[in-house]
Amino acid sequence: MKNNDSVFTRIMPFLFGLLFLIGLVAPFAVYPTFLMKILCFGLFACAFNLLLGFAGLLSFGHAAFLGTAGYVCGMLVRDVGVTPEIGLIGGTVAAGLLGWLFGVLAIRRTGIYFAMITLALAQMVYFVVLQVRATGGEDGFQGVPRGNLFGLIDLSNNISMYYLVFAVFCIGFFIIYRTVHSPFGQILKAIRENEPRAISLGYDVTKFKLMAFIISASLAGLAGATKTLVFQLASLTDVHWHTSGEVVLMTLLGGLGTILGPLVGAGTVVSLQTELADIVGSWVTVIMGSIFVICVMLFRRGIVGEIQALIQRAGIR
Amino acid sequence: MEIFGVPSALLGSQLLVGLINGSFYAILSLGLAIIFGLLNIINFAHGAQYMMGAFVAWIALTKFGINYWVALLVAPIVVGALGVLLERTMLRKLYKLDHLYGLLLTFGLALIFEGVFRDQYGISGQSYPVPELLEGGVNLGFMYLPIYRGWIVIAALAVCFGTWFMIEKTKLGAYLRAGTENPQMVQALGINVPLLITFTYGYGVALAAFAGVLAAPVYQVNPLMGSNLIIVVFAVVVIGGMGSIMGAILTGLGLGLIEGLTRVFYPEGSAVVVFIIMVIVLLVRPAGLFGKA
Repeated sequence: MKNNDSVFTRIMPFLFGLLFLIGLVAPFAVYPTFLMKILCFGLFACAFNLLLGFAGLLSFGHAAFLGTAGYVCGMLVRDVGVTPEIGLIGGTVAAGLLGWLFGVLAIRRTGIYFAMITLALAQMVYFVVLQVRATGGEDGFQGVPRGNLFGLIDLSNNISMYYLVFAVFCIGFFIIYRTVHSPFGQILKAIRENEPRAISLGYDVTKFKLMAFIISASLAGLAGATKTLVFQLASLTDVHWHTSGEVVLMTLLGGLGTILGPLVGAGTVVSLQTELADIVGSWVTVIMGSIFVICVMLFRRGIVGEIQALIQRAGIR
Repeated sequence: MEIFGVPSALLGSQLLVGLINGSFYAILSLGLAIIFGLLNIINFAHGAQYMMGAFVAWIALTKFGINYWVALLVAPIVVGALGVLLERTMLRKLYKLDHLYGLLLTFGLALIFEGVFRDQYGISGQSYPVPELLEGGVNLGFMYLPIYRGWIVIAALAVCFGTWFMIEKTKLGAYLRAGTENPQMVQALGINVPLLITFTYGYGVALAAFAGVLAAPVYQVNPLMGSNLIIVVFAVVVIGGMGSIMGAILTGLGLGLIEGLTRVFYPEGSAVVVFIIMVIVLLVRPAGLFGKA
């Protein structure tokens, strides 16, 4: 095991460096809005994976954080008139607070109940967003200006917007990476593997789970707030349970508990949706469902997980 | 006549709607509870299977002229058989893994079912006529009772208590309870546990489809009718806890009534009242009203 870990540790810095360079030049080769969508959902999925992949908690209500942060950011930027970075921070904080509320309630139960509680709480948020007048109801919250970052840089240009999204993603990703590789992350893994043992070792399991939940919710919120700026819109879809399901799918497809998996999964799902929407129309849901079934039945390690397993096998030889 | 400043007819009809919704919550949470008891998975496809029950009845009527009473029997069998097939081919392979995979698989299946029906029939609802025998209504003096609505409550209660009786009082039920408690031991005693599991899943699914047929004449038959309902049913299950059959039935009915009352006194809150009760129950009694800690 030690040996294989070191294989990854040696590869990782190069891989991250390479990906960073690709991220820097990508908007000149690929349509920037498409890339921004992938990065937003990638961050969303990475945040979700922090919870499911590393703490073993399946939240089926993560759309609530994405959506709430999106609406809060939209309101701050459009109606209060703050600069985009304040909007992002506001959205993130709102999602973090909501995550704290969800967490306090959901952590009282484990396993399947945890998933059902988060789903039900998120559905409550959905109904509130639907009924409150300030959110624009079914029309969504439209016409959010991108504004000037720090009051200086005009974001209406897609390229400058892209670099902001890229920077946000890198910051979020770095936070997740550091969390996973900190003593805190190790304790989360211990809780995932064997909760009674973690308790008997003297760890306050509830506190660690809650902390992980809040970090995950905040970063999901950061992704949602960024997404609102990119598309200048927060919509009901963002808080719908379909979105919660989608982020589970992205993470599962990319590789549960792998650091890069969720990004790969998000990229795959977003590309599929974009490509397929024109060809197959309403069959997109069926295809998403089928990918779910295939992943669970045959492909539980996900794309990145399978690649890692291959490298590991090569490393042993 | 007025009660708390509300006309009794309004109060009565909303309570009846609440009772009907409560009947559906009861049947669906009962199905979820028995499936969970033996299979240890949460059947996310339950809502989709409820929707399919309604659709099978509707297709049977419009394409083959099969009437309501036959559909009430045939739709659960058809959808239940599909459930048996799913259990044999897919769910069975997941029992050794983390329970969450069962949830994810059935979530994927729910998306597939919903997507297929949405593609075929669109999202605008299809209407299903009330069977002739149950048309019309009676005036109870304080309110008007459409006969079909009364029938839903009676039929749902009959099925719920029938299921309760089967599980608590018959030999098959005893096997089932024993299997929930300790499957290895039951297997060692020579009872075919895998078959029992298949049967249980099929029965739970058939219950959902039965509820779907009951719902067809009062709600629009719509591909999305199940997914909106199932999330509320999840909250019902969290409130009641899945430990007790009677608990599931009572919680379902009770919450339906509370929802009906909310619709009278504070309509804006009716969509979220069940979730709010869930929050309160989690704070006060985290294991659920009937659950074991």
